[in-house]
Amino acid sequence: MTGKAPMTSFQKMRGGDASLDAPLLFKNGRIIDPANRLDLNGDLFIENGRISWVRPSDKESSTVPDDTRTIDLDGRWILPGFIDMHVHLREPGEEYKETIESGSKSAAAGGFCGVACMPNTIPVNDCEAVTSFIKARARNGYCRVYPVGAISKGGKGEALAEFGEMRTAGAVAVSDDGRPVSDSQLMRRALEYCACHNLLLISHSEDLNLSRNGVMNEGPLSTKMGLRGIPRSAEEVMVYRDLSLAEFAKRPVHIAHVSTRESVSLIRRAKAGGCPVTAETAPHYFTLTEDAVEGYNTRAKMSPPLRTGDDVEAIREGLRDGTIDAIATDHAPHSDFEKDVEFEFAANGIIGLETAIPLALALVRDEIFNVTRLVELLSLNPARILGVEGGSLSPGSRADVTVIDPDTEFVYTKEEVVSKSRNSPFLGSELKGRAVLTIVGGRITFCGEEFQR
Amino acid sequence: MAVKQRFDHRHILSLEDLSEADICLILQTAESLKEISERSIKKVPTLRGKTVVNFFFEPSTRTRLSFEIAAKRMSADTFNISASTSSIQKGETLIDTARNIMAMNPDVIIVRHSCAGVPGILADNIDASVINAGDGIHEHPSQCLLDMMTVRQKKGKIDGLTVAIVGDISHSRVAHSNIIGFSKMGAKVRVCGPSTMIPIGIEEMGAKVYGSLEEAIDGVDVVMALRIQKERQKDPLIPSFREYSRFFGITKRNIGAAKPDALIMHPGPMNRGVELDPDLADGPRSVILDQVTNGVAVRMALLYLILGGD
Ligand SMILES: [Zn+2]
Repeated sequence: MTGKAPMTSFQKMRGGDASLDAPLLFKNGRIIDPANRLDLNGDLFIENGRISWVRPSDKESSTVPDDTRTIDLDGRWILPGFIDMHVHLREPGEEYKETIESGSKSAAAGGFCGVACMPNTIPVNDCEAVTSFIKARARNGYCRVYPVGAISKGGKGEALAEFGEMRTAGAVAVSDDGRPVSDSQLMRRALEYCACHNLLLISHSEDLNLSRNGVMNEGPLSTKMGLRGIPRSAEEVMVYRDLSLAEFAKRPVHIAHVSTRESVSLIRRAKAGGCPVTAETAPHYFTLTEDAVEGYNTRAKMSPPLRTGDDVEAIREGLRDGTIDAIATDHAPHSDFEKDVEFEFAANGIIGLETAIPLALALVRDEIFNVTRLVELLSLNPARILGVEGGSLSPGSRADVTVIDPDTEFVYTKEEVVSKSRNSPFLGSELKGRAVLTIVGGRITFCGEEFQR
Repeated sequence: MAVKQRFDHRHILSLEDLSEADICLILQTAESLKEISERSIKKVPTLRGKTVVNFFFEPSTRTRLSFEIAAKRMSADTFNISASTSSIQKGETLIDTARNIMAMNPDVIIVRHSCAGVPGILADNIDASVINAGDGIHEHPSQCLLDMMTVRQKKGKIDGLTVAIVGDISHSRVAHSNIIGFSKMGAKVRVCGPSTMIPIGIEEMGAKVYGSLEEAIDGVDVVMALRIQKERQKDPLIPSFREYSRFFGITKRNIGAAKPDALIMHPGPMNRGVELDPDLADGPRSVILDQVTNGVAVRMALLYLILGGD
């Protein structure tokens, strides 16, 4: 050892010594809590895993217990804990890409207190046993894990999976992510059946016939590059189908990773008509265009594919005006050997947990939306949509808190990646703003170098 | 201008990378090398000691043979490697494969692959020069160069000509390279085919789209027919060869719309009677056999220029 202090440190949610759960006093932070309409400079005190009080800095602080750890935040932002409602943790089955432990650690590093993990594991999370396995593994992790069950048995799109039993084991939603349901009748029944078990249905809207063989957005660039295209319609016809079914069944549907202008318009119109729909998009869809694919860059290959500047503009507008409710990363780890191949053979997806905050903050700097909206998109709305605790800093609530430094600049390098996989198009990019502390249930799970003791 | 031009490309990946001057130099070099193939001893020592690897991930006899003959005529050592399965199926990444080829210490690797972009990936990862012998539906630069050579021989120029390319424009790497190449050399390029076979944005590459064959070949100097497949990867493109042939096949009747001395070309292999009337393919205006001969000359020129011969 050279005696150099560790750059950052991590703690698991459970275990370790009692000092990890000592009371925490954050002083001089900017506290932003849309649920309570708060945006003030102040202090926040956490005791016994719960938020005790929030008060302005100019007020005299009440006395705190002797073992309290006090951290002066010097103006950094204190926000209700971020929740990523769309990640792939790859366990069980593909532990070489990611595990629940490594993925939850990546989440903590990115400022997330909770993640909802998609069911396309091996085996598929389509029954109580797999859901229970994920919950059990998550006890050894760095953030809360909310399993999402499969809509159909084996993800095959044929028969309904056991929603009730998965719910009992801890599932918060069902989804066809990674394996879209083509059979519209099955989708209708799934939406209806969700009602019995109080589950959210999350739709990966993709017409597999239209996207077949496609590897990037279809347009002049795909023609020029000689790559088969995926038309925007492959997403939009299924968004429309699912909106129509939700409207008819009077059941909520959540549209995952919206990527096109027309999808945003369809959702906006459906919402105006009272359809119970919510939607998310991922940071890459409001940051990158299909141009990132040039040079056959497999780190920019994903499903749905990156679209055009016009789509990016519409996604940003959707985030601003409330059409899109949440930012979720679609964190999709793949190992190098699945990406260092022919573009057409490369796996779809990128990791995203560690870059979501700086990419979302860029929109705040561009004045697309304000900080309050940022917190809604990354904390309050995901909590409400999933129906899980969190999303506010109300006294008495679970102390899930994200502290970010909006001004710190860094280069996201391979060495820096916490996830087990490194498939990010943002490697080597200069980013601004990041999480410096992640607190789950009153315990600091991620601590940036600023606050190393 | 008598100034000797320099050719400063290590790789031949795409027509987009080549300037008009580069193309002229390649065609001139090919013309002067063509004479070698007409000698009784068809061999010169120019590339003695150089190693050329033909690396074909996709079956191809014609292009592979053409490159092989080109390399042998200039005394290079040649090796053929064919891999029918993709590298990923063998559990080996493309980069690993490239490193294995490098163990043979080649000077040039000629690559044919079913995926777009593979020659570029190899060029970025190995020390040898790379020539793209066809990558997916992206490009086929040497085919375009031999087509341009053939047209220039017969017409004395390319600038100012009008070329009609007829067939599956969406899935043709030959069409893509030819649209870029001929446009760069000052020709007007028209494309025509069933609307399922015309890709979005082809105009941005320099082509003008025609819905009817008669209009497309009206007054043109060159008619190029492409090989037709009924469907590609479960994607229905046309109902039948018969219907295709009726509306888009080049026949003795509709060729009358083109200039009387218009050339008829086909990159092969041909579906006789589908995209092209057999009598036209074998008739006086057909330059299909010249294309094959010029293929060897153009590929000799590419090897010669890349390996820095002087
Ligand atoms: Zn998805």
